[in-house]
Parts: sequence; C-alpha cells; structure tokens
Amino acid sequence: MSEGPVLFGVHVPPHPQPLLAHEQNEGWGRLRAAFEHCREQIELSGADILLVYSTTWPSIIGHQIQAHPEPEWVHVDDDFHFLGSMPYKFRMDTEFAEGYREAAEKRGLFARTVAYDGFPIDTGSVVALSLLNPNNRIPACIVSSNLYANRSETIVLGKAARDTLEAQGKKAVVVVVSSLSNRMFTEHIDPHEDRIHSQKDDDWNRKMLEFFADGRLEDISQLSREIHGQIRVSKVVAYKPIWWMAAVMGQHNNYAGQVHAYEALHGAGGAVISLSPTSHSIGDKEFDEDDVEFYRGDRDVLTQGMI
Amino acid sequence: MARGEIVLGCLAPHPPHLVYADNPEQNEPFSEGGWETLRWGYQRLARKLKDIDYDTIVIFTPHWQTYIGTHFLGLPNFKSLSVDPIFPNLFRYHYDLNVDVELAEAMRDAASDAGIITKMMRNPDFRVDYGTITSCHLLNPDWDKQIVTISSNRNRHYYSVEVMNEQATALGEACARAVELSGRKVVMVASHSLSHRHFVEEAPLPEDMSREHIYNHSQYVWDMKMVDLMRAGNMREVIDLMPEFTEQTMAETEGGGLTWMMAAMGYPDYNAEIYGYQSVIGTGNVIAAWDPNEQSREVVL
Repeated sequence: MSEGPVLFGVHVPPHPQPLLAHEQNEGWGRLRAAFEHCREQIELSGADILLVYSTTWPSIIGHQIQAHPEPEWVHVDDDFHFLGSMPYKFRMDTEFAEGYREAAEKRGLFARTVAYDGFPIDTGSVVALSLLNPNNRIPACIVSSNLYANRSETIVLGKAARDTLEAQGKKAVVVVVSSLSNRMFTEHIDPHEDRIHSQKDDDWNRKMLEFFADGRLEDISQLSREIHGQIRVSKVVAYKPIWWMAAVMGQHNNYAGQVHAYEALHGAGGAVISLSPTSHSIGDKEFDEDDVEFYRGDRDVLTQGMI
Repeated sequence: MARGEIVLGCLAPHPPHLVYADNPEQNEPFSEGGWETLRWGYQRLARKLKDIDYDTIVIFTPHWQTYIGTHFLGLPNFKSLSVDPIFPNLFRYHYDLNVDVELAEAMRDAASDAGIITKMMRNPDFRVDYGTITSCHLLNPDWDKQIVTISSNRNRHYYSVEVMNEQATALGEACARAVELSGRKVVMVASHSLSHRHFVEEAPLPEDMSREHIYNHSQYVWDMKMVDLMRAGNMREVIDLMPEFTEQTMAETEGGGLTWMMAAMGYPDYNAEIYGYQSVIGTGNVIAAWDPNEQSREVVL
C-alpha cells in the first residue's frame, strides 16, 4: 500500500566493503546480497526517483543538493583506499534538485544545489547508488547532512523533500545511508575477524532492528537522541538520518519493516533494511517534542537574556 | 650523512577562500579578492620560506580524516582536480604535486615503532585533500618542493581531546626522529584554523568583506589567548590548554596538527612569528611560524 509519494524506504550502510570486498567476509557478502535484493525491489517499484540522504556527505553552508546531471569520477575512500577505487557515473534528477532547493527555502532553510565537474560524491552515496541502481535506470538526488543541523532543521529538510515529490508528482524510493552503531575498530583487522565493536553496540543495534522490523519508524525517530548518546561516536551532534527519513516518509509507524541483513563493517553496525507503507500501525507511544513545519534559525537565546 | 632537522614550523590555516581570493591559474572560480590580512600574511611567510634552505614540506591535515590509524601519502606524484565538498563554488583546483615517499615511509616506520597504527596510501586514484593543497599553495605557490601528507586520526571523536593530544604528541616525536635520521631539512606545517564555528549561510558574493567577522566574541577571546601565548613563547602551556580551548571553541586543533608540530619541535620557548589573524566565514585563523634559528627569527607583527 502506498498512497503517498514514497513507495518505500531503504536504510543502508555507507562502508565500501559490500561494493569492493564482499568476497572477503561472509557478512559483507550477506550485506551485498541484501543490497541486490533491494535493487530488485527498486527496479520493480516503478519509482521515478531515488532520493538519497547520506551521512558521509557533510555540509556547512546550509543543505547541499547534488544537481549535476551526470556526475562522474573515480572515488577512493579516505580510510579504505587499499580496497580499491570506485569509478562512477550517475544520473541525477536536476529538476527535482532545483525544486528541493526551492521547497527547502520556503520552509526557512538555507539550501543550494551543487553542479560541478569533479565534485567529490561521498563514499556512502557512491556505494548506495552503485549497488541499488547500477545502470542508472532511475534518476537520483542526493542531499547532504549539515554538520550543525539538529532535530528541527533536519525534520524540516525531510518535509521539504516530501513537498517536492508532491509538487512534481513523483514517486520515490527513499534511501538513507548510515550505520547503526558507528564505532569502528581503530586498528586494521583481518576481514574474517570482523565483529560488532562491543556487546553494548550489538544490543542497541538489535533493539533498533526490532523497531525497524515492526515498522516503528516514528518511534525510532523519537528515540534518536538516546540512540546517538548510546552507540554513535560524537562526530556530529545527532543521529539525524532517521529524523529526515521519518519526515520524508510521513512521521508514523504504519510500515512493514524487513531487515535483510545486519553485519559488522570494521566494527560498525551495518544493516540493510526496507520499510514499506501499510495500513496498520504498531506501538502505543506519544511524544512531547513539537512537530516542526518551518525552520526559524537560531533562537538567539544569549542575546535575549542580556540585560 | 648530516642529521636532519626541522628548519621551520608553520601554523597554516586552509580556508579555500584564501586561494579563491588570490585567483591563481590553477583554480577555476574567479574572485574580486578578500581576506587580505591573511593573504598578505601568507605572502610574507612565503617570502621567508624562499630564503630558507629546505628539502621537504611535511603537512598534517585535518581534511584527510582517518579513523583506522594515521595514513601517509605513499606514491611519488598526484595530479588531479580538487573540488572542495563544502565550498565547491570557491575551490576547484588543478594540482600536480610530488611526494617525498622515502621520508613518508621513514615517518610511518618511526610511528609504527612507537606503537601508532599506520598505513601507507598507495592508491593512484586517491584525491589529495584540499587542506594540504590550500596550505601548500599559499606557503609555496611555485610547488617546487616535495611534500609529505599525514592524515588526521580522529581520536577526538572516538575518545577525547586529551587522547588526541597524547597520540598527536607521540606521532610528532616519532616524526622528529625520522627527520633526524633522514638527513632532510624539513618545514613542518600544521594546517588548520583556531576557533572553528562557521556561519551556515554564505553571502551572495563570498568575498564581501562587509559580512565577515568572527562567529562570536567568546571565540575571539579564546583565539587571542592562544595567540598571546604563542607570542610569548609559551607553547607548552598552549598544548596543556588544548583540551579546554578545543572544547570551548570547536577548534580545528581537534585534529592534532598543532600538538603534533609542537611535540616534534620540542615545545618552543621562543616567540612565534605572527603573520596575521582574521576570520573566514566566522572561523578564527592565525598564520604563525616558529623559527629555531635565532639569526633569522623575527618579530613580524
């Protein structure tokens, strides 16, 4: 069932192992197979666009949206350069990118498109698009993850994406590129010895996967701050991708969730998950954080407190 | 073979805005200028470097971020286009640089012997980070010296600023030992800003200097505290204050560059040469140098 503009959502890890080295570890192979399963689902979906939010594309100046019609390069990961190079040539939906920028601005966000030859598309986006859409059958759009953005800004960014889909009458598969727990081993390991970094990370990952499997996307979104504090390395301020995903997909728990694979990626938790809209809901929680429609920027708390 | 030595240490911030403002032929965008305080400071330091006899620039960059140890460029040449992922409108730079692989490998070996996790980067498709390119371009626009680029291990993200300080110290000491044994004369470069809170919006004309200022006064006061200590030659105190400074100002020192360089240079107790301080999109940037040679050491500003 899908009456809205989102056909289904996919949550995939950003690490390059499933693309470059899936034969070196059985778990990486299972992640690769899960990517391929999702690829088949995407091909059958009739989607007009793949809409990607990548945690490995940080931005500072507002929110950046990839708008080059055919970005092309040979990408190499900063850490895993020894696994090989990732040549790519993607097809972007430039009309959607421009519309997304306008919709974001209408909701109070600073946003801009980027369309430069040689722009460094991030590892997570390259991995996701290479495995989920290898022949560029469906045009894509990638949006960055602003370093300073927190909940309200990210939710509004997600809603702007939904606005754009509705305005352009497009059906999307939403792709979030993110680890679950994101602590990697800080030393080089034999691929055969890969495992989740700690029992605690594994426990929290599995609890998240229970929620995903039950389709409780909004519940996970509401738990985002707790998840970030428990199992996310403090590279950024929050576990933002789930806020964005929930906002794009409709902020509820009416999904059929499927966990296609869950494996370690150099210690981090990598899962391939899909969420399809259904008519039934699960969970009995209500939350007291405001829903946000418009981003008003800094509240100038310090200035207002001055005598 | 004569013992190698560090002939100069430079704190060399890398906002791509400075290259953009200079309009070198390698950079595609065109600007009307901007950020002259820093650019003129860089030009003066670049002139000083022309008068110094050295073989290699060793640069520690926070924009090659590694989580699995410290990595070193390990091929003799890299030639490509660098597009800044944050400011692609300002920085699309065609680079062609040569690496002192022998010294890089010696530093890697010394670091490994000290218990630091290391890796040589030998993928020819690897794109050199814009921190390396910006700082090296501004210090040596002729690109007539070999470089060694060292990645920034993100200890701060995984542990704390204190752990970063300890590990960067160990890495700096290891690199200094490698320099000594190499016989090279080396300029060390820590490529980063001080306070590092950005504005999240950009002026329609990025070089519109009427829009440029430090993000807030607290950042400025902290930056000046550090600059004053540098002027006074209290580098041990700077490093001791590093955790608090980094936490309070979101400083780019979090990558470990200044700690690494000071450890390698033995925490100079002489005055730093200050070439300029200015904000760039809200961040605080100082260009400074530490000259071990009393004869050539100056009071610049």
